[in-house]
Amino acid sequence: MTRKADEATPVALPDAEQTLASLADRMRGAVAFDAKFVGIYSGGAWLAERLAQMIPGEHPVGYIDVSFYRDDFGSKGLKPEVKRTALPFDVEGATIVLVDDVLYTGRSVRAAINELFDFGRPARVELAVLVDRGGRELPVEATYTGARLAVARDLSIVLSRLADGRLALAAEGGHA
Amino acid sequence: MRNPQLDAAGNLTHLLTLEGLPAEVIVRILDTAVPFVSIAERDVKKVPLLRGRSVFNLFFENSTRTRTTFEIAAKRLSADVINLNIGASSTSKGETLLDTIDNLVAMNADMFVVRHSQSGAPHLIAAHLNRTRRAHVHVVNAGDGRHAHPTQGLLDLFTIRHYKQDFRRLRVAIVGDVLHSRVARSLIHGLTTLGTPEVRAIGPKTLLPTAVRTLGVQVHHDMHAGLQGCDVVVMLRLQSERMRGALLPSAGEYFKHYGLTPEKLALAKPDAIVMHPGPMNRGVEIDSAVADGARSVILPQVTFGIAVRMAVLSLLAGSAG
Repeated sequence: MTRKADEATPVALPDAEQTLASLADRMRGAVAFDAKFVGIYSGGAWLAERLAQMIPGEHPVGYIDVSFYRDDFGSKGLKPEVKRTALPFDVEGATIVLVDDVLYTGRSVRAAINELFDFGRPARVELAVLVDRGGRELPVEATYTGARLAVARDLSIVLSRLADGRLALAAEGGHA
Repeated sequence: MRNPQLDAAGNLTHLLTLEGLPAEVIVRILDTAVPFVSIAERDVKKVPLLRGRSVFNLFFENSTRTRTTFEIAAKRLSADVINLNIGASSTSKGETLLDTIDNLVAMNADMFVVRHSQSGAPHLIAAHLNRTRRAHVHVVNAGDGRHAHPTQGLLDLFTIRHYKQDFRRLRVAIVGDVLHSRVARSLIHGLTTLGTPEVRAIGPKTLLPTAVRTLGVQVHHDMHAGLQGCDVVVMLRLQSERMRGALLPSAGEYFKHYGLTPEKLALAKPDAIVMHPGPMNRGVEIDSAVADGARSVILPQVTFGIAVRMAVLSLLAGSAG
């Protein structure tokens, strides 16, 4: 096993659909029957819709775009396509499960919690993530995790939705 | 020479006029405004985007609506807003415009929203900031003389897009005092840039500048012919305070020929929308039955105006300058 061969090996990413199934397994029986699922755009939004179908109970789905609450606005400005935050239920007193694709620094989750509280005071907020890649910069932990991964800092893990609706994980960037 | 509104990478650093602004910059502003519309429907009508930034409203000319909507927009972005009633202060003591600006920059202003009766005043301020390497302080033109009112033009474009989607199939009529109207000029530039095939200017000869055809619009002096088949009818306010000399016989005579009544509106398409930048002169350029009617989108324009100004302020604040 040479160093060179090791570098050429692509990151082994788990299958997104299988990971989603294990995340759903962990949530079943643990998530409140009336918990509201809030997906963080864009990957989290797809996952929240899928999980609402997979987890028993009544789980209305809402969406959050954290662009207006990010802490890097001063250095990065607004991203090109800001989506509309839509929470079609009362946040006040509700049990909310935030759903995101990749948990990394924890900054998006911080922003999402701040935004959530501008709609009301939830009774409880949980966090479900497809992939936890470590590297936290804030004291944020997921309540439910599909898979844990160790990847180089310069790689982005991106969830995409294929034409047939299936989800897929890919690594982007890094040193070629 | 570079467009003074854009930085080297093509990002907006000042908003002075829609003239010469690339279509993608205009579309980016309109797209950014969409999610801001819904913030008004929240419990907490505020997002923390401009927290800690200072927006100075510099109104050298009176305005209630524009100043208020800029103030609301900045406050909903959590900025600190300072309103200066310049007419009553420094300038009357003899301070030059640029000295006033330098003093306010020394007070750590991040953004100036400027209205001035002199065309080009906001441009002068922006050029001064660019020249002195302080382009991180942004300038928004809130109306200068007869020149431009870009945020009004943008909110008009946003409203048209909201109701009619695609500009490339539209026939838009702008009716009235085009001669004195910076609103009309900004809207015409925006519509043209976004590919609107037919823009008509309708009004008496005395209120339509001879050069208006060079902006790519069709000129009509007969309102009946002009309104035929239009998708959008934009009524302009008769700016009597700006009129020098007798351009019109009387307000009543004007209403008879160019006032928008239900009968005249019937000449436009059945689903045509009616817009007005406000403040309205009922019974002069528009009949109450139209202003309060089902096809009027005059109040939605005001609501959208806040979201559009939030988008402009955010995009400017997010650019390095």
